[in-house]
Amino acid sequence: MKLKPEDIRLIREKYASVSAIRSGEGTRGKNIDLLVCAGTGCVSNHSLKVKAALIAEIEKHKLQDRIKVVTTGCNGFCANGPIVVVKPEDIFYQLLKPEDIPHLVEEHFLEGRPVERLMYRPGEGKPIPKMASIPFFGKQQLIALSNRGTVDPEKIEEYIALGGYQALAKALTEMSAEQVIEEIKASGLRGRGGAGFPTGKKWEFCRNARVVEDGDSAFAKYIICNADEGDPGAFMDRSIVESDPHALLEGMLIGAYAIGATHGFIYIRAEYPLALERLTQALEQAREYGLLGERILGSDFSFDITVSKGAGAFVCGEETSLIGSLEGKLPEPRVRPPYPAQYGYMGKPTNINNVETWANVPHIIIRGAEWFSAIGTDTSKGTKVFSLVGKVNNTGLVEVPMGITMREIVFDIGGGIPGGKRFKAVQTGGPSGGCIPESLLDTPVDYESLVQAGSIMGSGGMIVMDEDNCMVEVARYFISFTQQESCGKCTPCREGTWHMLNILEDITAGRGREGDIELLEKMGRQIKETALCGLGNTAPNPVLTTIRYFRDEYEAHIRDGRCPARVCKALITYSIDPVNCTGCTACAKNCPVACISGERKQTHVIDQDRCIKCGMCYSVCNFDAVRVE
Amino acid sequence: MATMTIDGKNLEFEEKLTILEAAKRLQIKIPTLCYNEHLAPYGGCRICLVEAASRSAPNRSRLVPACTAPAEDGMVVTTGSQRVLESRRFVIELLLSRCPESQVILELAREMGVEPDGQNLDVVGHYLLHRAPRREVTNCILCGLCVRVCQQIPERYALSFKDRGITRKVTPPFERVAESCIGCGSCAYVCPTKTITIEEAD
Repeated sequence: MKLKPEDIRLIREKYASVSAIRSGEGTRGKNIDLLVCAGTGCVSNHSLKVKAALIAEIEKHKLQDRIKVVTTGCNGFCANGPIVVVKPEDIFYQLLKPEDIPHLVEEHFLEGRPVERLMYRPGEGKPIPKMASIPFFGKQQLIALSNRGTVDPEKIEEYIALGGYQALAKALTEMSAEQVIEEIKASGLRGRGGAGFPTGKKWEFCRNARVVEDGDSAFAKYIICNADEGDPGAFMDRSIVESDPHALLEGMLIGAYAIGATHGFIYIRAEYPLALERLTQALEQAREYGLLGERILGSDFSFDITVSKGAGAFVCGEETSLIGSLEGKLPEPRVRPPYPAQYGYMGKPTNINNVETWANVPHIIIRGAEWFSAIGTDTSKGTKVFSLVGKVNNTGLVEVPMGITMREIVFDIGGGIPGGKRFKAVQTGGPSGGCIPESLLDTPVDYESLVQAGSIMGSGGMIVMDEDNCMVEVARYFISFTQQESCGKCTPCREGTWHMLNILEDITAGRGREGDIELLEKMGRQIKETALCGLGNTAPNPVLTTIRYFRDEYEAHIRDGRCPARVCKALITYSIDPVNCTGCTACAKNCPVACISGERKQTHVIDQDRCIKCGMCYSVCNFDAVRVE
Repeated sequence: MATMTIDGKNLEFEEKLTILEAAKRLQIKIPTLCYNEHLAPYGGCRICLVEAASRSAPNRSRLVPACTAPAEDGMVVTTGSQRVLESRRFVIELLLSRCPESQVILELAREMGVEPDGQNLDVVGHYLLHRAPRREVTNCILCGLCVRVCQQIPERYALSFKDRGITRKVTPPFERVAESCIGCGSCAYVCPTKTITIEEAD
C-alpha cells in the first residue's frame, strides 16, 4: 500500500491506543503494555528469555487480551538489564531473570502489588518504582532517542502511531526544499559526529553545488548516513538504529528532499548485526508503504536507500575515507577541498551526516527551529547522546541538553564512582578526544568548551576513570589504538603516532628519559598540525591532555621510576606484609608461577625475581596483607 | 580574472590551478615527493605544505598541501614561514628516520637544513634520527606514486597497498608477480627514491 499524506494521520488514529498507553495517558482502560528491552546489552543478558517467560505466564493466567508484551530498543540503562517497563503505570523492573517472572506476573497483574524486590534501588535507599523518578532518567532530555524504549523498532505502524513520518509529510506538502534548509539552519543543529559543522549550512552547500554532467551515473546528488561508529566504548549510533530505525530513515528522507538527492547510503558497521537486521527490516517496511521509492507520499519526490556494510576500519568514520570505501577503493582520506558537497561519492555532490544528526531532523521539522534552539547553549543547540562507560555506577546511554556540566553527567546521572573510589578524569571524544580532570568537572558540555579543555565532543563516547587508572597508561592505550587504525597514507600520522607509542611504551616500562615529556608535547603538536585528516589531527589529544593535567604522573614514571596509580607492571612490586599475613596460603595456592613460599600459619614471601606482577595474590588475599608499591 | 599572492608576488589566473601549479608559474619552488604532474594529486607525503589564507579569513591561515589545494581568488600564500619550515622539517625527519639509507631523502633533508649529525636538531629531530627504534631497512616512503601510476596510466592495477598504518607496504596482489603487469616500468620510473627495480624475466 502506497501511503498518501492523509494516511499517516489515519494510521495514527487507528493505533491511538498505542501512543496513549506508551505515553502514560492511557490509564482509562485496563490495557497494559510490557515493554521488554531488546537492545544489544539486554539481549546478551537474556532479555528474550525473559520475554518468552512473560508471554508464557500471561497466557497461563489468560491475561493476553489485556496485557501485551512488546519488544523495544535500548533504554540506555544497560548496566541494569534486562529491563521491563510496565506502561501506562511507568513501573520499572530491572536485572530480571526468567525465574522471577511467575512471581512478578502473579503479584503485579493478579494481586495488583508491584514487586519492590525487582525495582531499582539507589545504594542503600528505598526502591524507586517509576522509571521517570530514577535519577539516571530524570536529568535526561530525549530528542534523538525520544522513542527509545517505547516503540517496537520492528513495526513501522508503532513509529507512525507515536508521531513518526509526520515531519516528512509536513516537509513534502507544506515546505519547499529551501524552507526545510532554513528551518535546520535556524535550529542551530550541528553535526553530531564530532566536528560540529552546522548541518543546515552543509545541506545548503550540497543543494547549491553544481552537478558536473559526465553521463557516468544516473544519480545527480547523494546523501550518506555515517553509522560507522568505531570509537572504543561508544554505542550511540548503534542504539538509535536498533531502537528507532525509522527516525533515521525519516531524517534522511527530509534531508534528501531538501538537498535534492535521489539516492542515499547508510554505511554501517558489520559488527552491529542487530542494528543491521532492524535497519533492513525498516527499509522494507518503508518501501512497502511507499515511504521510499518513486513519488513518495504522492509527491514528485523519489528517493531510495542502500545499506553498505563497513569492514571495521576506524578511518572509515572520516567522511572522505567512507566515500572511498563506498566506491570500492581503499579507505583513505582525501584532501579537502574539494569537499564532498562539491565532489563526493563518484565525484557527485554528496552530503554526509551521522546517525544522531539525521535522527534530530524530524523533530526540528515538527516542533520548529525555535523550540530546538531554546535547548542548549549559545553555540551548541539541542541535546547530545553520550555513552557513559568506565568507572561509573550507571553505565549506559544518556541524552542530555547541551551545556549540562560533566559533573551532572558523571555524578547525578552516572551515580558516581563505584566502590567509593575517587574520580580522576573523564575521556570525551573517544581515542581522538582528551582527558578532562576533576578541576574541570563543572565545564559545560558544548563543542567550544570541550575544545578549550583540549578535548573534543566527538561522537559521544565518555569514559570515566578513577584513582586506579594510570594516566600515562591511558594515553599509551589510546595512541596504540589510533596508531593501529592509522591508514598509513600521510607521513605524520603513520610514522608519528608510531614514534609516540614507542616513547610512551618506554615510559610505562620504566625506560623513560628526562625530556620525554617535552618530546611528546612537541611531536604531538606537529602531528596535529601536519596530518592529512581528522584521525591524525586529533590522535595526539589523549597524550597532550594527560600531560597538561597529569604531568606529575608522567614525572613520577620518568624521574622516580614510580607509577602512582600502581598500574604499570615494570614500576611496581608486590610484597607481603608480615603483620597482616595469617599464613592462610591462599596467595601461594593461586600464584600462577608458584613464586610465593611459606608454611601454613607462617608469613609468606614473594620471590621478586620470578614474580610476573599479575596481581593474583593481591586479589585473593582476605587479610589486606599484599602490598603494591 | 582572479589574482593571488605567493610570497609577496602577484599572479593573475583564470583556469583551475593548484597552489603548486600557481607557484611554478611564479618560479617559486616548493618541495614535493608524492606529486607527479601526470597523475591525480594525492596529498599524502605532506612535504609540500604551505601556509594559505583565504580572502574571507585573511588572518586565519591554514597549512595546506600545495599539490592538492586549489588556488583561490584573493588567496595569500606563504611558502617559507617558520610554521611551514618547521612542519616540513618534521616530515622530512620522519621520512629520514624511516629511510636512513635513502640518498634522495638525505639530500632533501640537507636542503631543508636538517643535518643528521649536526648540532641544530631540536628535541624531536634528535629523537627521530638518533634514538628512535629502527624498523626493517627500506627506501620506500609509501608515497604511492607507483601504485597510482599503474592504476592511472596503463590501468593495470598490478601494485597496491597492503595493511595499514606503520605496517603498510606496496606489493603486487597476493605478493606474487601480478598477471596484469605488462612490465612497462612506469612504477620504477616514477619512484622518487628509486626503490623499485626492473628485472628481466626469462
